[in-house]
Amino acid sequence: MNSRTLSGLFVILALPFPLLASLGGDTTSVQADQAKMQGSRLTTSSDSFTVHEIQASTGIAVKEYVSPAGKVFAVTWQGPAHPDLRQLLGTYFDQYSQAVQAQRAHRHGHGPLLIQLPGLVVQSAGHPRSFLGRAYVPQMLPAGVRVEDLR
Amino acid sequence: MNRALQRGFFFLGLAGVLAATVGCGGGSSGTTNTGGGGNTGSGSPVSNVQSITVNTGPTAGAPYNNPYVDGAFTSVTVCVPGSTSNCQTISGILVDTGSSGLRILSSALTISLPQQTGSNGNPVVECFPFVDGVTWGPVATTDMTIAGEKAKSLPIQVIGSSSFPIVPQGCTSNGPPEEDLANLGANGILGVGTFAQDCGSACTTSGGSNPGVYYECPSSGCAVTTESISSQVPNPVILFASDNNGVLIQLPSVSGAETTVTGSLIFGIGTQSNNALGSATVYTIDPSSGNFTTVYNGISYTDSSFIDSGSNGIYFLDSNTTGFPACADASYWYCPSSTQNLSATNKGSNGATGSVSFVVGNADTLTANLSDAAVNGLAGPDPGTIDWGLPFFFGRAVFTSIEGQDTPAGAGPFWAY
Repeated sequence: MNSRTLSGLFVILALPFPLLASLGGDTTSVQADQAKMQGSRLTTSSDSFTVHEIQASTGIAVKEYVSPAGKVFAVTWQGPAHPDLRQLLGTYFDQYSQAVQAQRAHRHGHGPLLIQLPGLVVQSAGHPRSFLGRAYVPQMLPAGVRVEDLR
Repeated sequence: MNRALQRGFFFLGLAGVLAATVGCGGGSSGTTNTGGGGNTGSGSPVSNVQSITVNTGPTAGAPYNNPYVDGAFTSVTVCVPGSTSNCQTISGILVDTGSSGLRILSSALTISLPQQTGSNGNPVVECFPFVDGVTWGPVATTDMTIAGEKAKSLPIQVIGSSSFPIVPQGCTSNGPPEEDLANLGANGILGVGTFAQDCGSACTTSGGSNPGVYYECPSSGCAVTTESISSQVPNPVILFASDNNGVLIQLPSVSGAETTVTGSLIFGIGTQSNNALGSATVYTIDPSSGNFTTVYNGISYTDSSFIDSGSNGIYFLDSNTTGFPACADASYWYCPSSTQNLSATNKGSNGATGSVSFVVGNADTLTANLSDAAVNGLAGPDPGTIDWGLPFFFGRAVFTSIEGQDTPAGAGPFWAY
C-alpha cells in the first residue's frame, strides 16, 4: 500500500468475531455472512474506502474493501488455501467459474488465472499451499482508487 | 522425517486400505507390462532417468483439438499393489514441480486400484486445489514404477471417478473442477514439488483450521475429514528406496517456438553420478509457503516467487509494472511488440543470490503455430508474484529438493540450478 493511501488510515477496532461480505454486496450483508470464517477482524479506513481484514483460522487473510457508499467493491486474499470463493465472490461466483472454464479452452495449459470481464476482474495466483488473489468490480472502484492499492 | 519413521507411517496407512476398488474408466487403451525395471539389489544403483517430452500432449487431436503449449509430459506405470502383472503404463502425465502427489484421470485408468478408507471405514475422496481449479476424486493405492524407481503402496488421487460424481459445494468453492481430459489437458499430474505430502499437517487437524482437502464419503454424502500424514497423497519420490530426496529436470535450450524438445527427469540429488549438485547454486525456500524471493527492477517480491514446471509460461507482475501490454485476445499473456531480454535476481532464505536471464516474447506470435509445443518467451501477468514456469527450465538443470529429506547440500526444501 502506498504512503498516500496510508496517510489518514487509522485502526477503528479489532474484533474477535468473524465477518465476511460478498463482492458487490453492502455492509448489511456483512452481518448475515458472519461465522463463515473463524478468525479475527481488523478494520481500517481512509477517505476512499474502509478495509475489513479477516485472519481466518485456516491461515487465510482476506481483505474486503468497502466504498464510502457502503459497497464491497474489491476483495483480496492470501494464504495456504483458497478462500471460499463462492462466499467471497457472491453473485459473481458463477460468472467467474464460467470464465475460468472458457479460458481453459484457449489457454493451452495450466497457470495462474487472470479473468478480465467488462464487469469483473479476478486474479488468482500461487501454487498449492501458497495462494493469493484479488477480485474487483471496475465500475465500483471509488474515484481515485487504483487497482495497485488493493493488495 | 527419517526413513524408518516414514516406513512405519506407511504401513499404518496400509491398514486403512480395503478391497474396494476405484478406477476402471475404460476409455483409453493403456498398454500392460509386467512390472518394468527394478532395483537389482543393495549396492547396485537403479536407473533413475525418466525421459520427458515437451509436446502438444493428449488433447492435441480430435475431439479436443487443444494442443498443450509448454507442458512437460512423461509416463508412469501403475500396478495393483503387490501385483507385477496387473499393471498399466499411462502416458501424457504432466510433470509438475509446483505440486506434490500423483493424480490420474479415471478415464485413463483401465485397472482397478484399491480404494483408501478412512477411520470410519468409508471411502476417502480428495478435493485438491490447484491455482486454476480443483481435482475431485477418490484416494487409491498403487505400486508405481517410473524409470527404475518404485513407490510401493503409494496413495494417489483418481480424478473424476464415476463412483463419486458429485463434487461437494465446499470443494467447488475453491474453483471449477478439472475432472476430465478436456479440462485437465493431461492424463494425470506427477507432482514432484518441494512438499513431502500434498496437504501436510493442516489436514491432520479438525475444525476450523482444516483446509478441507480430504473427505470421507459414506453413501449418505461426503464430509471433510482429517487425514494422517501417512495416508495423505505424498510426493511419490519420498517412497523410493533410494534417490528419494528430490528431482533434477534437464531440458535443452529453446529458441522461440519449436515443435518439441526432449529432456530428463532424474530422481535423487547427489545420490548418483548423474545427479550431483556440482556448481549449481542452492536457494533454500520458505518451508511453509514453498516460495523464495525475486527482485525485479529493484523491487523485492519477498517469499512470493516460485519455480513451477506445471505452469506453461513465466507469469510475473502486471502490465503497469513490466510495461508489457497484455495480448488483445488473451489477458493472461503478454504481447510486447518485440522480444524482450530481461533479468531478475532470485534470492534464497540462505542468502544465496543469482541473476536470471529470461525472455518475454509476443504470445500471439509465439502461439501462432500450435504444432509448436516448446515455446521460449511465453509469459503473462501474475500480479504481485513471479511464477517461473516451464520456460525457466529451458537450457537449465533445475534441482527440486523435498522438505526434510537430506542431500549433500543439507536438508530440503530448496531449489538449485
